[in-house]
Amino acid sequence: MQRALVQRPRWVGPLVLAVACTVVMAACGGTTKESTSGGGGGAATTAAGQVNPNAPIKQGLKIAFLPKQVNNPYFTTADNGGKQAIGEFGGEYKEVGPSEASASAQVPYINTLTQQRQDAIVISADDPNAVVPSLKAAMAQGIKVVTYDADTAPDGRTVFVNQASPEDIGRSEVQVLGKQLNYSGQIAILSATSTAANQNTWIKFMKDELSKPQYSKMKLVKVAYGNDDDQTSFQQAQGLLQAYPNLKGIISPTTVGVSAAARYLSGSSFKGKVALTGLGTPNQMRKFVKDGTVSSFELWDPGKLGYLAAYAAAALASGQISGKEGETFKAGNLGTKTVGKDGEILLGPPQVFDKSNIDQFDF
Amino acid sequence: MAAEPATTTARLGARRLLRWESVLVLLLVAVAVGGSLAEPGFLSGSNLFYLGLDVGEIALLALPLTLVVVAGEIDLSIASILGLSSALIGFLWNAGWALEVIFPTVVLVGAVAGLCNGLLVTRLGLPSLAVTIGTLALYRGLAFVVLGDQAVADFPAKYTRYGIDPIPGTHVPYPIALFAVLAVLFALLLHTTPFGRAIFAIGANQEAAFFSGIRVKRTKLILYVLSGAMSSLAGIVWTLRFASARADNGTGLELAVVAAVLLGGVSIFGGRGTLGGVVAAVFLLGGVRNALILNDVSNDTLNVVTGLLLIGSVVAPSAVRAAGRVVRPRRAPPDPSARPTAGG
Repeated sequence: MQRALVQRPRWVGPLVLAVACTVVMAACGGTTKESTSGGGGGAATTAAGQVNPNAPIKQGLKIAFLPKQVNNPYFTTADNGGKQAIGEFGGEYKEVGPSEASASAQVPYINTLTQQRQDAIVISADDPNAVVPSLKAAMAQGIKVVTYDADTAPDGRTVFVNQASPEDIGRSEVQVLGKQLNYSGQIAILSATSTAANQNTWIKFMKDELSKPQYSKMKLVKVAYGNDDDQTSFQQAQGLLQAYPNLKGIISPTTVGVSAAARYLSGSSFKGKVALTGLGTPNQMRKFVKDGTVSSFELWDPGKLGYLAAYAAAALASGQISGKEGETFKAGNLGTKTVGKDGEILLGPPQVFDKSNIDQFDF
Repeated sequence: MAAEPATTTARLGARRLLRWESVLVLLLVAVAVGGSLAEPGFLSGSNLFYLGLDVGEIALLALPLTLVVVAGEIDLSIASILGLSSALIGFLWNAGWALEVIFPTVVLVGAVAGLCNGLLVTRLGLPSLAVTIGTLALYRGLAFVVLGDQAVADFPAKYTRYGIDPIPGTHVPYPIALFAVLAVLFALLLHTTPFGRAIFAIGANQEAAFFSGIRVKRTKLILYVLSGAMSSLAGIVWTLRFASARADNGTGLELAVVAAVLLGGVSIFGGRGTLGGVVAAVFLLGGVRNALILNDVSNDTLNVVTGLLLIGSVVAPSAVRAAGRVVRPRRAPPDPSARPTAGG
């Protein structure tokens, strides 16, 4: 207190010098993209082993579902499908996960599942890369990793249970909307997060489909992001129609986005004038299909997706498959499924829902 | 009794902090015992390794923020600087730069980002809350300008292993080793140097500090530069740990860091706090989360527990102080040598 405490930051000089030295030294040859490229990649190497497609499913397999987000109706339905399957073959089911979808939030859960020595982890990856290091660590401990809904980089898992081929989804969304708009007018896409891999792949195929001659009068004016959050998606839908008064149609390939957009449209003067389609669940969209806001939309059955993923996990953990192309396994009431290229197992083509069939579905 | 108000509260404050840190350590022990009772693997080396990885960035960010908060300011832009650094790493890597050049460059950029915060706060005299909320958005926006929506993930294992593997032969993650070294340096800086004393003085009473000859603005400016540089360092750690450079890395992390600092007993009004308390709080929060997740507690419950801990951290010290007044009403006159700061 009694002394003057004037500070001369004498350490600033040496620090700057040190940083400068490091830069200069490092500049003389370091680790660059070029010097390291070529080493990476490569599909997951599975333990060289005897695969026996007729091996029985082991009893008491501990299988954990790790969705992007818990308490999300889509994942709840999917994971309940998994729970049903696991009940059928006598395993132990559990679901854990973050309450907010974010790239890094899943990692602590993967680590704890590894710590708990689960037999298999079934994960929908929020980020295809961020979860790979910890999934690799899990696989090193002998834990089988299956991705469903959203894949990781191939070396982060053994098989990917794909809900529908991205190409089918992307193109058919545009086809459905094109038919409704008579192939003309401005359209927009309301997506989830800008980094979600599955969304971006679908959007890529939508753009490709739109480049075909029959869509020459349809113009994609904007890709908006609602972050898979109801309120943000609602505001984004509102914003789209304010920014583009001539907008004729919206594609929202996310269940959260499409229902938020439908809710906005049904309460606005645009109801019936702006077409909306996308990926939605029948329970969320039923009201909007019946009041005329939406005439048709698509999805797969997430319950079946979770069901198939659980059987794939059990097949891996029981040695029925190893993730190589051409291997087959029995997936309960879905019949026999085949492992395709890059360890992909396809659920089937997307399902279109409209006034005529929506009441046959309840999820 | 003339000097009573200031020094008595200071002495009480010192006692209170001492107690608060003891409480934190006791809580840590309680979590360790409770955690391993509920799940025997809790204290295993591999689980502690994961725990260390999970708190790594928060721990690194908490160090400079402790200093900033003790000085009576706040820096909410730290997680955005982390994101900006991560995006920049991805961008420069794609541009063919060597990682050995990228890392110092990124730390430098972080320091400049911190400098901007510091200049706005000290030279323009703007409130740091407003400034850093602004730069929170600004730096995150810049991160998206730099890297856009893409994720860069092809970093060589030679480097990413520092964020993924433990130090050979131990269960200590590299980021935690780095943190341990830096924590000692920051503790020495805050609690043993004239510079650290100046930080406390500024936080306790900025004008008095100014008239005592402390270069208030200079000191704060240095703190913001330090905060920016450390945020970038945390950005490097984050990028290596997830082997993924993205513009949205670390979104919302600043709140976890502020929570740890406040739980650590640092006064949000400045002038009080110790680094040891903050370090204990970082691991307490991380430990509670880890133990609850290991026991399959749902995320909603997790957030409730974290929230209650925080509210407790604000209420408990006041309660302890109130209790102290009842137990020891008007004690002996204060020791004239008492300093208005809490020693380490």
